[in-house]
Amino acid sequence: MIVLAPALVVWLSLWAANAILTGGGWDRHPAVRLAVPLIFGATILLVWEMAVHLLAVPSVILPPPSAIAAKFLASTSVLWGDFVQTILKGALSGLAIGCALGLVVAVLVDRFDFLRRGLLPVAGFMAALPIVGTAPILVMWFGFGWESKAAVVVLMVFFPMLVNTVAGLADTTAMQRDLMRTFGAGYWQTLFKLRLPAALPFIFNGLKIASTLAMIGAIVAEFFGSPTQGIGFRISASNGQLALDMVWAAILVGALAGSVSYGVIGLVERWLTFWHPSQRL
Amino acid sequence: MKGTVGPVLLVLAAILAFWYVACVPMNAREVLTQAERGGAVLIPPSARERIDAPLLPLLWQNSAHLDQSWSQLRPRLPSPHQVMVEIWDSTVTEEVFSHRGIVQSGEWSNRSLIYHTGVTLSATVLGFLIGAALGVALAVGIVHNRAMDLSVMPWAIVSQTIPIVAIAPMVIVVLNSVGVQGLLPKAAISAYLSFFPVVVGMVKGLRTPDAMQMDQMRTWNAPGTAVLWKLRLPSSMPYLFASLKIAIAAALVGTIVGELPVQRGGLGARMLAGSYYGQTAQIWAALFAAALLAATLVWVIAMLERRMLRRMGAAG
Repeated sequence: MIVLAPALVVWLSLWAANAILTGGGWDRHPAVRLAVPLIFGATILLVWEMAVHLLAVPSVILPPPSAIAAKFLASTSVLWGDFVQTILKGALSGLAIGCALGLVVAVLVDRFDFLRRGLLPVAGFMAALPIVGTAPILVMWFGFGWESKAAVVVLMVFFPMLVNTVAGLADTTAMQRDLMRTFGAGYWQTLFKLRLPAALPFIFNGLKIASTLAMIGAIVAEFFGSPTQGIGFRISASNGQLALDMVWAAILVGALAGSVSYGVIGLVERWLTFWHPSQRL
Repeated sequence: MKGTVGPVLLVLAAILAFWYVACVPMNAREVLTQAERGGAVLIPPSARERIDAPLLPLLWQNSAHLDQSWSQLRPRLPSPHQVMVEIWDSTVTEEVFSHRGIVQSGEWSNRSLIYHTGVTLSATVLGFLIGAALGVALAVGIVHNRAMDLSVMPWAIVSQTIPIVAIAPMVIVVLNSVGVQGLLPKAAISAYLSFFPVVVGMVKGLRTPDAMQMDQMRTWNAPGTAVLWKLRLPSSMPYLFASLKIAIAAALVGTIVGELPVQRGGLGARMLAGSYYGQTAQIWAALFAAALLAATLVWVIAMLERRMLRRMGAAG
C-alpha cells in the first residue's frame, strides 16, 4: 500500500481543494458549481492513471486512461463505423419506432377505459421484466444486422414510454378540462392543445429512461450475433484479443453517445416545457 | 383497482390467441418443407421456389398442410403449450424422474430450471444487498457533505447514461483472470446497476423534510445523528422502497447479462446455450423463469414496504 502513497496524496489534496471551494460560502456560484465536478472527474482519472503505473497493473487487466485516449484517437475511423452501426442504425431507429408506438398506444389506453384497466397492469408488469433476455430470440428472427438490434430496442423502450405517457395524459385538472369544454373544444383539440402539452414533462422523463435503455439494448443484442461492426461486437472481439484499451475506447464511444443524447433530450425539454416549475430555476 | 381482473384476463387471452396465430406464419416454411417430405403436394412444389414466395398467398394455398405449426421440434416461435411443456419437463420431470434430480441424487439437477434460477437468484440478491447498502451510505454522505454533493452527483447522473451493462462480460472475464470466480463477479455487476437508483432516490428522500421540520429539530437542539435517525431516514422510506423496486429489477438484468460470457449456470447461460443450439423452447422457458423471478422479487420488496409503512403508522 506504501507505493500508492503519491496517488493518495493527489486524492486528498484535490479533495481538500473541493472542500475549500464549497466551504467558503461560494457554493452557489456558477463557476464553483462547474469547477467542483470537473476537479472530481480529473481526480478519478489522475488516481486511476497513477495507480495503474505505481502498482504496475498489466494492461490486459486495466489500461491507464492515457492509453485509452491514445487508442481512441488512433482508431477513430473504426470506432465511427461502430458508432454508425450500433447507435445510428440500431439504437436510434429502435428508439424512434418504440417511442412512437408507446405514444400512440398511450393515447388509445387513455381513450378507452377497458384498455386502461386491462393493458396497463400488464404493461406495468412487463416494464419490470428483464426484456434484454429476448435478444437471442429477436436476433434469430431478424438476422444479425441492425434490424434485430432495433427490434430489441423497440421492446425495451415501449413500456417505460407507455407508462410515463399515460401518467402524463392524466395530469390535467378538472378545471382545465372544463375550460376547454366551455371553449367548445372537441376531443382532439383538447388532446393536442391541452393534454399532450401538459404530458410533456412525463414524456421527456420517459424519453430519458428510454434513451439509456436503447443504448444498453443495442449493445447487448450484439453479443448474440452481429456483423463485424458495432460497439457490442468491438467490445466482445477486442476482449477476446485481450486488447483492453480498445474495449475501453468502445465503451467511451457508448458513454459519449449516451451523454450527448441525454443532453440533447434535456435541451429540447427545456425548450418545450419552459413553463414547468422544474425548469424555472 | 376496481374491476381490473376481467380486462386483464381478457388482454392476456388476446395475447395468447395472437401468439397461437403468429406461430403459423412464423413457422410456415419449415412446416411446409416437412409436409413436402411427408409426401404432400404443395403449391409451389419445391422448397427453393417457396423461399422467395410471398408469405400470405403461400399460407392461403397450402392451408391444408399447416397443422404441424404448433408442434415443431425446433420452431422459430414455439407455441405457448410447447413452452409450458418445456418448463414442466425441465423442472418437475427433471427433478423427480431423472437420475440427476433431487429425488434420486439428493441435490438439484444442473439441467433443471430450478437450479439455474437459484444460481441467478443468489447472485442477484447478493449484488442487490451490496448495491443498496453502498447506495444508502453514499446518499447519507451526499446529504451531509456539500463537497460530495457538488462533485459526485453530476457524475452519478452522467454514469446513468453510460451503457454500463455492456462492460459486464468484460468485468466478468477480467475478474476471472485475476482469480475471482463464481458468485462475486456477477454480484459486482448487479451491485453496480442497483447502486445508482438507490443513490438518486435516497438523496431525494433524505431531503424531503421541509424547513419547518428541520427548524423543529434545531429548537430541540438535536445533534446531526438524531436528525438523521429520527427525521431524515423515516421520511425517506417511501423513496427508498420506490428505488429499491427499480434497483432489484436492474440487479436481475445485470446478473443475467453477467452470466452470458461464463457458462457456469444461471438463466443467462441457459438463454445463450439455447440460442447456440437452436433450442428455442429452452430460451422461452428461461425467459419465463426470469420474468417470474423478477415479479417475485418486486413483490417481496412491495410486501416489505407495506409492512414497514404500516409499522410507521402510514395509512394503507
